[in-house]
Formats: sequence, structure tokens, C-alpha cells
Amino acid sequence: MTEETLLKVENLSKSFGGVNAVENVSFEVKKGEIVAVIGPNGAGKTTLFNLVTGVIPATSGKITFKGVSIIGKRPYQIASLGMTRTFQNLQVFNNMTVIENVMTGSHIRLKTGILSSGLRLPNVYKEEKEVMQKALQCLEQVGIADLAFERAETLPYGNQRLLEIARAVAAEPSFILLDEPMAGLNPQESRNLVNVLKNMRKQGMTFLFVEHDMETVMSIADKIVVLDYGKKIAEGTPEEISSNPKVIAAYLGEEEAI
Amino acid sequence: MDNNLTKIYNRSLKGPLIFFVVIMLLPFIFQSNNYILSTFIMIGFYSLVTTGLTLLIGYAGQISLGHAAFYGIGAYTSAYFTATLQMPSWIGILVGAIIASLVSLIIGIPVFKLKGHYLALATLGFGVIIFTFFKEWKTITGGLNGFFGIPPLSLFGISFSTDFQFYFLIWIFVFLGIFFARNIVQSRVGRALMSIHGSEIASEAIGININKYKLQIFVLSAVYASIAGSLYAHYVTFINPQLFEMMTSIYFLIMVVIGGIGNIWGGLIGAAIYVFLGELLKDIVPKIIPNASGEFEIVFFGVLLVVILIYMPNGISKAIFHFIKRITSSFKNKPVSAFSKKSTGSDIHD
Repeated sequence: MTEETLLKVENLSKSFGGVNAVENVSFEVKKGEIVAVIGPNGAGKTTLFNLVTGVIPATSGKITFKGVSIIGKRPYQIASLGMTRTFQNLQVFNNMTVIENVMTGSHIRLKTGILSSGLRLPNVYKEEKEVMQKALQCLEQVGIADLAFERAETLPYGNQRLLEIARAVAAEPSFILLDEPMAGLNPQESRNLVNVLKNMRKQGMTFLFVEHDMETVMSIADKIVVLDYGKKIAEGTPEEISSNPKVIAAYLGEEEAI
Repeated sequence: MDNNLTKIYNRSLKGPLIFFVVIMLLPFIFQSNNYILSTFIMIGFYSLVTTGLTLLIGYAGQISLGHAAFYGIGAYTSAYFTATLQMPSWIGILVGAIIASLVSLIIGIPVFKLKGHYLALATLGFGVIIFTFFKEWKTITGGLNGFFGIPPLSLFGISFSTDFQFYFLIWIFVFLGIFFARNIVQSRVGRALMSIHGSEIASEAIGININKYKLQIFVLSAVYASIAGSLYAHYVTFINPQLFEMMTSIYFLIMVVIGGIGNIWGGLIGAAIYVFLGELLKDIVPKIIPNASGEFEIVFFGVLLVVILIYMPNGISKAIFHFIKRITSSFKNKPVSAFSKKSTGSDIHD
């Protein structure tokens, strides 16, 4: 594992009117790491994700990805730098088959434009063949290759999550953000997903993920960033976090009180 | 692993080829029947427009209620260049397409910042503006009196002055248009368009510049409409602004929806249904309601649109393709297993 910094967030803030959804948050993600962002509901985790991926503009602060500032960049520009994501509420393309979803994920790796596709120039066929092969590999990687030719909307919830991951992987990114990947999965599906993520990390992928399921977080995260009311209250290894009094008060403590 | 593209995309030429041959043989059967020929020619014009619109509406999921404007831009440009400036037909068609693409680009940049109903209203407003231009720019368009004396189309040294000749020309354009569109749909660009329809936020998150694709396909659909308009002007030799008003745009939309969004043949099917039903209505309605005015048409198609949207949200083309599949599979005597139904069914993008 190298010590190269992939993502650097510095003093990032976002306010909606008078509400500070994210306030002065700083952290780093190194290449090959799995970093988890946790926090009670409404702590600003999804807002943080949306800021990093360019879906909403930051109020202040700096975000650098691979040494390039990505503040003010559109989501598609950030994606083409090698950062893709999945969504908390699934955003599968329901109007396509499973494999087409994943092939769409390879968009930035392909070249065909509107004229060359309309005229079906010879290189289009070659490119299509390659992207289909690639898509099948990505589906294989998450273990749903047998569903390649089904309509995406017919897949059960857990498989749609895997599909989103396969689609994110198809862009050959160096960094993937997962927004509550375990939400709505049964224990078996969760374990499967954990294995998928661990295997991808072995191949050099870096992840930042938001998750409520503490068991998952503790088992796969190298580092945990804890948010509460938009502020970072702690950062450290799973062991450090689970013994941090601030975190217990804000997050785990609450659960104990119930 | 099996990476045969035909498992995703139906690239078969058999069906389209049979259809093409039938279409090309029809005029020989009805050679002396100008009514039938002109009906099919009208279907041709509309098909060309609706094929472009299907890319925009059916695949990219964007709406336009202003496409009659592009149809009109093509028609008036061709009329002006060939009748007033005495230039060859192809120049009129080309300049019309260029103007239509420039106008659609200029309009598209601000308009595609909008979504849904707002986009529909903005394109509607654009259509009204262009209609006013046609009406008021009298030195070029002849205003409400119309534009007379557009010469017959002449391309490659052939003059297409009879219905019989024109029939072949327009249908070749239609088929080229459909194949171009089909190729687009079955590629990286088509997937990008469909992803915009599926989820804009996810589409951007995987690196798709959604504004660029919305604009590109809007411009392309404007070019389709403009070429159809150019050909139309040469065919009818007389045009007036009313041909390109808001109602025409709405009829285009109705054709696309009736035919079926999400199928590249939907535009053609919708256009054919619109024209045939329209002719049928002109025949039947006066017999039932003697004093009915021309307005009954919009009432009828309005009702039809609602019925289709409720009972066949994917349009009539889907039903037709299911029917064809059934017939061909029963001919081949293939057992229709659950799997073969899934992998060869109409889910494949035609």
C-alpha cells in the first residue's frame, strides 16, 4: 500500500440557508484505503458525498482529487478524473438491461460520437464488442453475470446494489464512493457485498463509504471519519473510534440509552 | 464468455428488408391511384420528423413541443433558395438543415436548463415565435398569403415531379433516417441518451455530459424535421405558416407517443396510424355528424392519446412487435421457453 493521497478535503463547509449541513470538515483518503464516514442521521454524510462528487457546490473549503482541485467542477468532469459513486436511493437505469447499465458505465472509456455511431463506422463494432466483454467482467466481479440480459428493474434490491457497483467499476475509476451500500440488504447479501469490496480493494481500488451498519464498518474500514451535526468529531482506526468517548456520546451512546 | 452483441441489440436486417421491399413494391400496385400514393408520401414526411423526435423523446426522455418550427424552417429555406434564388434543390435542403441546427443549438442551450413541464412550455413558446416569423417576415415567406410556386424537387439530375417518383425518394430518406437513428441507439451514444432518461444524477456520476447529449440529440432531431420540411415544400409546391403552427408540433408528439417511445420504428408506426386514421375520419365522421367541422380530428386524437397512455404506455409498436415475434416463432415452431422469451423478446432495442 502506498502513502499517496488520493482525496484531500480541507475545511469544507456547506450551508443551506441558516443550516450548516457540513462545517469545516477536513480529512484525507490515501490510495488503497477503505474509509468510512459514519454519524447519526442528519449528520451531513450524504451532503458530504454530494459535495465531493460535485452534485452540489460547496459554500467554502477545498477538495483536491489526485492533486487537482475539483471545486466548481461538474459531476461528469469529476467522474472523468476517475471518481465514481453509487447512491443511497438506488439510481439504476430502469429503462435498460443489466448489461447495458454496466456498458453505460464505461462511457468515459469509449470514443464513439453521434456521427460515427449513426454511420456505424467499422471501429464502432470493435468498441461495442470490447465494452460488452468488459461489462460482463464487471458483472462477474460482483457476482451477477448470470443476470446480464435481464431488465434492470426486475432485479431484487440487493442485486440492484451490486449492479450499481458494477456500473461504477466499469468506468475504471481509481476511487469509488458508496452511499450506504448495505442499506436494505439481508445479512447474507451484506456479507457477499463485503467480500466483493474486499476483493476489489485487493486489486487496488480505493473506497469512501457512508454506512450505518457498524458491523460492516468495523470489519472493512481502515479509517473512520465521524460526523455529528455537520462537524467532524473524530477520525481514526476502528479500534480508536470504538473507544472514543465523544463518538460514544454522540453516536453509540445514543443507542445504548435506548 | 459469450459476448455476442445480438444478445443486447437486435441488428437483424431481415424484418426491415422485407418491410423495405413491400414499401418499394407498393407504388407499382397503386401506380394509377394518386390518393394512396400521396397518403403514403405524407406518412413518409411525418415518419422522418417523428424518427428524430423519437430519439429526443423516447430515448433521451426530453420533450419538444416546437418541432413544427424546424419542419417549417426546412420548408421555407428550400422554398426561398429554389423559388426566389433559383438555386438547386440540394442547396435548399442543406442550408435548411444548417439553419435548423443553428437555431436548435441557440434555443437548446438555454432551454435544456429546464426540465419536464418547463421544458415543454419553453419549446412551445419557441414554436410560437418561429410561427410568428413565418407569418410576419413577408418579404421572404409571403406571410399569411403563403409561398407559391416552389419548383419540384430535382436531385442528381432527376426531377421528382410526380407522386410515383416522389414516393421512392421520400421513403429512401425515411429508411436512411431510421437506420441512422437505429445505429445511434445501439451504441455508446444511445446508452448515454437512455441513461439521461433513466437517471440524470447517475448519468453524470459516471461521466456523461448530459447537457451535451441533450443538445446534440435536439439538434439532430431538428435536422430530421428540417429535411422532412424541405422535401415537403417541394412536394406540395405551396406552403403557408399555418402548416407549421403549434398544432402540428402537438400532432408530431401524438404520433411519437401513439407509435411508441423507446422503439426506433415507433415514429413510423405512429405516423402511419395518424395519417390512416385521419383519412378514415374524414370519410366516416361527416356521414355520422353531418355538420362536424375539422376540429373533430384533434378531439379524436386527444382521446386516442389518453387511451394509449393508459392502456399501452409503450405505444402500439410494442404490441405490433410482440405480434410479429409470436407469428415468426410459431412459424419456426420453436418452443417459447421463459429464457428465449427474455433474451429475444421486444426488450431488445430495435
